[in-house]
Amino acid sequence: MIKLSFAPSARFARRLSLSAALSASLVMMAMTPAEAAKTTLNLGMSVEPTGLDPTIAAPVAIGQVTWQNVFEGLVTIDQAGKIQPQLAKSWEISPDGLTYTFKLQTGVKFHDGEVFDAASAKFSLDRARGADSVNPQKRFFASIASIDTPDAETLVLHLSAPTGSLIYWLGWPASVMVAPKTAADDKTTPIGTGPFKFASWAKGDKVELARNADYWNKGAAAKLDKVTFRFIADPQAQAAALKSGDLDAFPEFAAPELMSSFDGDARLVTRIGNTELKVVAGMNTAKKPFDDKRVRQALMMAIDRKTVIDGAWSGLGTPIGSHYTPNDPGYQDMTNVLPYDVEKAKALLAEAGYPNGFIFTIKSPQMAYAPRSAQVMQAMFAEIGVTMNIEPTEFPAKWVQDVMKDRNFDMTIVAHAEPLDIDIYARDPYYFNYKNPAFNALMKKAQETADPAAQNAIYGEAQKILAEDVPALYLFVMPKLGVWDKKLKGLWENEPIPSNVLSGVSWDE
Amino acid sequence: MIPLLARRFAGLIVTLVVVSLLIFAVMDLLPGDPASIMLGTSATPETLAALRHSLGLDQPLLMRYGQWLAGVLSGDLGNSLTYGVPVAGLIVERLVVTLPLALMAIVLSVAIALPLGVLAASRRGGVFDVIATLFSQISIAVPAFWVALLLIILFSTMLGLMPAGGFPGWSAGLKPALQALIMPAVALAMPQAGVLTRVARSAVLDTMHEDFARTAVAKGLSRSAVLWRHIVPNALIPILTMIGLQFTFLVAGAVLVENVFNLPGLGRLALQALSQRDIIVMQDVVLFFAGLVIVMNFIVDLSYLAIDPRMRKAA
Repeated sequence: MIKLSFAPSARFARRLSLSAALSASLVMMAMTPAEAAKTTLNLGMSVEPTGLDPTIAAPVAIGQVTWQNVFEGLVTIDQAGKIQPQLAKSWEISPDGLTYTFKLQTGVKFHDGEVFDAASAKFSLDRARGADSVNPQKRFFASIASIDTPDAETLVLHLSAPTGSLIYWLGWPASVMVAPKTAADDKTTPIGTGPFKFASWAKGDKVELARNADYWNKGAAAKLDKVTFRFIADPQAQAAALKSGDLDAFPEFAAPELMSSFDGDARLVTRIGNTELKVVAGMNTAKKPFDDKRVRQALMMAIDRKTVIDGAWSGLGTPIGSHYTPNDPGYQDMTNVLPYDVEKAKALLAEAGYPNGFIFTIKSPQMAYAPRSAQVMQAMFAEIGVTMNIEPTEFPAKWVQDVMKDRNFDMTIVAHAEPLDIDIYARDPYYFNYKNPAFNALMKKAQETADPAAQNAIYGEAQKILAEDVPALYLFVMPKLGVWDKKLKGLWENEPIPSNVLSGVSWDE
Repeated sequence: MIPLLARRFAGLIVTLVVVSLLIFAVMDLLPGDPASIMLGTSATPETLAALRHSLGLDQPLLMRYGQWLAGVLSGDLGNSLTYGVPVAGLIVERLVVTLPLALMAIVLSVAIALPLGVLAASRRGGVFDVIATLFSQISIAVPAFWVALLLIILFSTMLGLMPAGGFPGWSAGLKPALQALIMPAVALAMPQAGVLTRVARSAVLDTMHEDFARTAVAKGLSRSAVLWRHIVPNALIPILTMIGLQFTFLVAGAVLVENVFNLPGLGRLALQALSQRDIIVMQDVVLFFAGLVIVMNFIVDLSYLAIDPRMRKAA
């Protein structure tokens, strides 16, 4: 006697199907904008830039937002680290290496409509090299004696001495072209010629860029409509923002130990690329016992670089034996010059007059790699009887003061970010207090030629000198730890120059 | 009452001036030079000199202090060395995040701690008291940033219910903005609630033994009437003092939680300015914090007067 009552259940079914249809269409409506080719990008960075003008301050984060996106140079440096024409379409170097003649692109406009021509190029370089210049790489322009602009498309640099690296340096963030009318405000409202225009900056949070519809180079125009750089300092927060989908990409993820936490995430991929970040433990070579080459060699031989990388950077990194990275042109593997050998290290120490070792202090900045590397090194030095005390040193403020300015330190550890900066060992003053006429002569010779093969040979010799002389203990090159959405295409996996070049980035449909 | 207020106010101004001098002296003692941080490792001495000059850092200390003070008095807090924009604007931008966050945390903390503390005291030694004590011990012991991480893992990464961090801005609407603040507020409120529970509990316990409480009981008033009408209002002074202290602590001390949730708040501004040696921002922010503490103390004092008639008479 089961009484069936159809009416309510039919009503119920109808209501159910109706609501199902309704919710399905709602879901579809909600999905449509997301499913249609996405044209925005949320990209995370660890450090917020201080100002947005790379020509007046050094922090790499500035270039990582604006270089190639907002600002462009006469030349640029591509993914492979090669020099490519940009606002200069071609150039000629006189046989004596003293005159550079650039042919500039025509029809290029800054984002405010001002025309880019030889006059604005001259303005940019004069601003960078002038008496009032606060360009962090002012030394790049030191050999420029005068600049001529015979016509709007031609820029002529007259040098006082041959400068083989000049063209490469002109591809750096510090050498970008700025407009005479707006340059003074580039710090907060950058105006360049690039594929993206500056849109807004919520300090402490994000910088937004928008596509430049009038970009001069149709072949390299931006594919994204809007890019948001978000600044997240805490590695855990970075990981959470990626996993929750708040961020589409983190090209330079800060915590190697969290990289494996992205394994198995259906949406994200991890990419481990090269950088120019050389982690080295520099010594004060003017100070005892570091003035003795045998002591420095002993310390180098006491270190097993692989173990340092395991301990400091979760095994993600490449050992180096000199101040050069495997992706630099003319790289030579120098890790076998002073390989890990405890017995030999002890013998060298005894020979130098320290059979019972010695005590010294390392000034270690707070960035994760530094204290971790220092702790591993501490244990290794103990093996050869050397006691290393670790003194945490706030970076940049106290470190710059103590190490760079006062040179009041025994040893320190820091990642040198600038590409092809092997010439720092020829700089005087510089924190290593390293003085080697043979090395300085090589650096001078490298500038006297613009021939890449000749330069590579010279840099090969220079690497060898450093590997044997070890003014700094050469530890490893940091990897570029990229984490991003699988559908995102075109982000650089390697980092020949600190940057986030976004003109070629797009979403896969 | 008026003379008291005037005295207080004069004290407030003197304290601020002394604090401003102290801040200036301490900033000058800190190692590190903003110009050399901005120019990095390749800077030449003459570039450094040029930048120091353009930032006004090459002027004598007293002159810089005078200029800063004159500026602050006329409402001009100066320009950030690193951002290059007026500091006043920066502080306001950050306050619209930090103040609501601190307020939410304080409301949450009071909402949890007050009933918990009062009930624990009124049922002293009972199950409820044990629970309350346990809660306060755990929430004091567990650091706020760790609670923050747990909240993110649970509600953002695993459940996907909440944004993992960042702040959309109030212009994005009330709901997304509040949603971005609720988890940080909970994380901030937890340790505060623990402390406040203890304070509330012991304040109520102390008051219970006062004569008036015994009299009220003797008069035959019900337990809850004695508790809520007589004991709690009289226990409010230590509780209010604590809340006042906590509020300033929350505004200034939210640095870690702001970091974990990536909130562009005042704490992060201070931290960033410190690491960049953005002296002007640091001076202004620290002066603001100092001012806030002083003003909060002033407000707490005023609220004593409002609560306790005896104090009004004494004044």
